[in-house]
Amino acid sequence: MLSYVIRRTLVAIPTLFVIITAAFFMMRIAPGGPFDNERHLPPEIERNIEAAYDLDKPLYEQYFIYIDRLAHGDLGPSFKTRDFTVTQLIADGLPVSLRLGLSAMIAAILLGIALGTVAALNQNGVIDYLTMSIAMIGITIPTFVTAPILTLIFGVYGVRLFGYDISLPVGGWNNGAIANMILPVTVLALPQVAVIARLLRGSMVEVLHSNYIRTARAKGLSNYVIVFRHALRAAVLPLISYLGPAVAGLLTGSLIVENIFGIPGIGRYFVDGALNRDYTLVLGVVICYAAFVILFNLLADILYAGLDPRVRYQR
Amino acid sequence: MNYVPPREEAELMGRAFDLKGRSLWIDARRRLLKNRAAVLSMGILILIALMAVFAPLLSPYAFDHQNYAIISCAPDWWPDRTVPCSAGGAHWFGTDNLGRDLFVRVLYGARVSLAVGLIATFVSLVMGVAYGAVAGFIGGRLDELMMRFVDVLYSLPYIFLVIILMVVFHRNFFLLFIAIGAVEWLTMARIVRGQTLSIKYKEYIEAARAAGVTRSDTIVRHIIPNVLGPVIVYVTLTVPAVILAESFISFLGLGIQDPLTSWGVLISDGSKQIETAPWLLIFPALFMGVTLFCFNFIGDGLRDALDPKDR
Repeated sequence: MLSYVIRRTLVAIPTLFVIITAAFFMMRIAPGGPFDNERHLPPEIERNIEAAYDLDKPLYEQYFIYIDRLAHGDLGPSFKTRDFTVTQLIADGLPVSLRLGLSAMIAAILLGIALGTVAALNQNGVIDYLTMSIAMIGITIPTFVTAPILTLIFGVYGVRLFGYDISLPVGGWNNGAIANMILPVTVLALPQVAVIARLLRGSMVEVLHSNYIRTARAKGLSNYVIVFRHALRAAVLPLISYLGPAVAGLLTGSLIVENIFGIPGIGRYFVDGALNRDYTLVLGVVICYAAFVILFNLLADILYAGLDPRVRYQR
Repeated sequence: MNYVPPREEAELMGRAFDLKGRSLWIDARRRLLKNRAAVLSMGILILIALMAVFAPLLSPYAFDHQNYAIISCAPDWWPDRTVPCSAGGAHWFGTDNLGRDLFVRVLYGARVSLAVGLIATFVSLVMGVAYGAVAGFIGGRLDELMMRFVDVLYSLPYIFLVIILMVVFHRNFFLLFIAIGAVEWLTMARIVRGQTLSIKYKEYIEAARAAGVTRSDTIVRHIIPNVLGPVIVYVTLTVPAVILAESFISFLGLGIQDPLTSWGVLISDGSKQIETAPWLLIFPALFMGVTLFCFNFIGDGLRDALDPKDR
């Protein structure tokens, strides 16, 4: 087991390295530079600025300088947000993005498993069709449609339920107050809830028809024990391999959600950075995101190997 | 096995001799046509596609014609409207903030979105099938190397790749197709490789080798036609994924540029005016939602129709 974990971890390192290299050179192929759009400066000053950021050196040399700095944990200075290093910017935004993403992830897993189980237990019944139709809607309607609609309902019009006025703030972060988090987390989690519910329904139906469940029923175990102690354990196994794609999906969604709700995470750095040619900032965010995706893929593989011995011995 | 009364049995046996061999495809088509949701979805998709193709004939307005007298006007049948369109002619879906007819714009958006969906999917299909079939059939070290490369690309959040590509190549229309297709082929390659591995040692492949068919001919003539089933299912699921990806990129302002439009652009514009002119969000979102729904239903239907377990 240990050797499997070590081997998988070692494979992750060159993967990250390839991504950094690809992102570095792709950014540089893009026409234009970080200091182009401003009013024209005297050539000497322009040259001095370029020299200060090492932009006057040949590209391969810049690449080695960047890698060297990165190895020392330095992501370099931001080209556009003056007086800030990329490390500072990411350190500011990352906790916000993490809090948003992890909340959405937990919500998606819990809700997805609950919905999938309910649907599987009522296979081909009304509840099953209802849940799966809602899941289909969750998959097909993109985040940027659900976000304004929910904003309109809960923020602008406000909903009165049982005499209580339920209206939620539609933007801003307010240091992660619960009220500010409800809408963004809901919007971000919704597509993942749908996918997880569909996956779990499929595997649950299969498990419920297997022999050991029939044995458990024959023994006279209560429905509760059968579902929660026996069936669910086997049924969540296929979900583990979805962990990696789920994280990728959440990261992609967070770009939109952070944009719509005005949340100060790192998502906005990426698009703005790419448009402004803020090379170091974009690279910093890409490294950050790629590290998360790789980490969760790794985690999924290791969890899977831990739970299913066949995977471990195959390789 | 059920008990069959003698007379019927004889009849069944008699009929069995007339039975022609039913190929997988004829069988699958019959079962697909029985699936009501899938058939209805195909009908709706064809209708939307025809409307998109004949968009200029369906509306008297050009998609970029601006009429400043009727800015953001509600459709005539809208319940509470402050600016009715009737002053400036019939606008079934209302107009946008530049006074352009939304109906014709939704149809032009359909053109772009469907074109992106189909072309990008085709790109991913060609790349994925070729890559996967070669990796699976040749096997060995080459397979290991090729699939490791796919693994590396897999761990890149693909939308970032597309965003960087769009920035690099200045929002080029055709590049958008290729960029999205180029990141969607990974799953396709994995599926095809898996299928190839499972049929690689079948007798007919061995027979082909015994008959002296070259490796490239074997891949083209025998491997690819026999892995197409799961591939087609995945294609119908890739199209909606691509349409979503395009709308996502357009939403961030990196895709299609005004006055040309796509559903993603229309939804993006509409969501900014949702309080004052909700129809600008509702109609494009409805068209896109229905289209994605239909593709997913067809994909599910095809999967059921091609699944040998169900026969």
